[in-house]
Amino acid sequence: MSTATETRTPILQARRLVKTFGRVVGLDGVSLELYPGEVLAIIGDNGAGKSTLVKCLTGAYVPDEGELLLDGKPVHFKRPQDARAAGIETVYQNLAVSPALDVAANLFLGREVRKKGILGSVFRVVDQKGMRQQAREQLSSLGISTLQDVSVAVENLSGGQRQAVAVARAAAFGSKVVVLDEPTAALGVRESNQVLELVKRLRDQGIPVILISHNMPQVFEVADRIHIQRLGKRAATITPHSHSMTDAVAIMTGAATA
Amino acid sequence: MSQHTTGPAPSAPPQPTGGPPTSALDLAEEFLDRTTPLSRIRNTLHRYPAISPAIVLVIAVIVFGFLNDRFLNPANLSLITQQVAVVGTLAVAQTLIILTAGIDLSVGAVMVLSSMVVAQTTVHLGLPAVVGLFLGLVVGLAAGAFNGFLVTRLKLPPFIVTLGTLSIFVALTLLYSGGATVRGGEMPALLTAMGATFSIGGVNFTVGVLMMLLLYVVVAFVLQKTAWGRHVYAVGDDPEAARLAGISVNRVLMSVYLAAGAILALGAWIQIGRTNAASPNAGAELNLDSITAVVIGGTSLFGGRGTVWGTLLGALIVGVFRNGLSLAGLDVLWQTFAVGVLIIVAVSVDQWIRKVRK
Repeated sequence: MSTATETRTPILQARRLVKTFGRVVGLDGVSLELYPGEVLAIIGDNGAGKSTLVKCLTGAYVPDEGELLLDGKPVHFKRPQDARAAGIETVYQNLAVSPALDVAANLFLGREVRKKGILGSVFRVVDQKGMRQQAREQLSSLGISTLQDVSVAVENLSGGQRQAVAVARAAAFGSKVVVLDEPTAALGVRESNQVLELVKRLRDQGIPVILISHNMPQVFEVADRIHIQRLGKRAATITPHSHSMTDAVAIMTGAATA
Repeated sequence: MSQHTTGPAPSAPPQPTGGPPTSALDLAEEFLDRTTPLSRIRNTLHRYPAISPAIVLVIAVIVFGFLNDRFLNPANLSLITQQVAVVGTLAVAQTLIILTAGIDLSVGAVMVLSSMVVAQTTVHLGLPAVVGLFLGLVVGLAAGAFNGFLVTRLKLPPFIVTLGTLSIFVALTLLYSGGATVRGGEMPALLTAMGATFSIGGVNFTVGVLMMLLLYVVVAFVLQKTAWGRHVYAVGDDPEAARLAGISVNRVLMSVYLAAGAILALGAWIQIGRTNAASPNAGAELNLDSITAVVIGGTSLFGGRGTVWGTLLGALIVGVFRNGLSLAGLDVLWQTFAVGVLIIVAVSVDQWIRKVRK
């Protein structure tokens, strides 16, 4: 799936992005291509510009120069909401879920569905039953079987299950792209595997995923292509077949070039 | 953790779509497996925080009923509901604000200011009662907007903001009214309408009590059934998570302070009916009593957890304790003492409940 992608149109493309913070150059002309149905990992040392790059893609930062193309058309995101409205959903490292609300309420947080008719339009009553039903369907389509009770408060879930809720939310609304920022950083081995399994399922459903991670074995397990950031620039884009983990680390640290 | 190699994930076989909630039981069992009876109680309380105040209220009513025959007298029960009406109304506003992890020390002062504006504009300026009540509402909304502005725009802690506005509103009230009480006899009938009584099964209720209950129904409905209600909980729970989910945190906070202001204006109307007067010196103790009702009712001072029904129970508990202890012949100071103990116990229980699964 990963090799013959270069002739296709990227679903999301960044061209020569530049982002500076005062005198510090965060991104120095970085380009990135995300193709349909692939998992693109972004790796790099601390300060290499991973987070800055992702924040430019998801509207958290506005790049100083360069352009962003979604489906081949230029887009300008001024706020995270803009990117979200365009179909790019982000799962943040710090788990943006509300602990006291239940699973279904979290899935639809900020996008509640209202009841039909006068109850919804005048009294603004949310369609709890409908949202719970959709939440169940979303979770089972992602194979998250441990979360069938969508009325459980999120604080009663394990870290992996919470992350699954966050990923499911992104998958439910991310019609174009899902971005995962260090989704396994706070998780144990078993829970990390569950999240990686989710990433693969997302890809199998045709949703391209951008995965930021420090964890080389995980990256090499799920990624189709790997974008390596080094000192604010793209050092290389490799695949798990063309390079080994050692090669990737060497490129990342500057000991070798692709 | 970076050293492990990942094999195929041990995921459970996919569940058929829309299958029966058997795995809900699995989840519950997994959850209960590692619990003792005590922590099972804790989990239940965690899910339904109104249970503990309900138990306390039932026990208190039974105990006070035994201590004094007059306690369960219809006239006495009626008195308790009337005593609770004003605090109960203010406590609804307080609940909304505490749900957002704030606190409002100025609720009593805003209510008194609003009641003085209503009374003075109708009695001394001769405006129609409806206009006076409308001006009272405007005062409540303006006070709420001011508190909300300081909290959302200047990013000051609600405790500090309302500590300051408490003094400001008290001073404004005294300056505006000249310290004079307006008696109910001078007012148009509409202003004292909340004090009118009607009888259900031998127990007298005032319109104010009915109004308070109606307010609880409306606010409970809004909190549970509307997106706005969920956003209030989400903002109190974790403002950053709410923001990342696309909720405008400041807008929600502002709307909460405005809603609280409107509720306080209603409280002013009920207060005029209850005391048959508008006094600038009323309501000093109402700030703390409203917080007490909210806290005893199981709403967490840390935000994001609680219900208005718990608050109603909390307000009733305070009313029942004050009334029951006084019927039992105890000094009024022991009532205050008992309310203090109730607060500390309630907050301790809340802390304990929150320890469920870190």
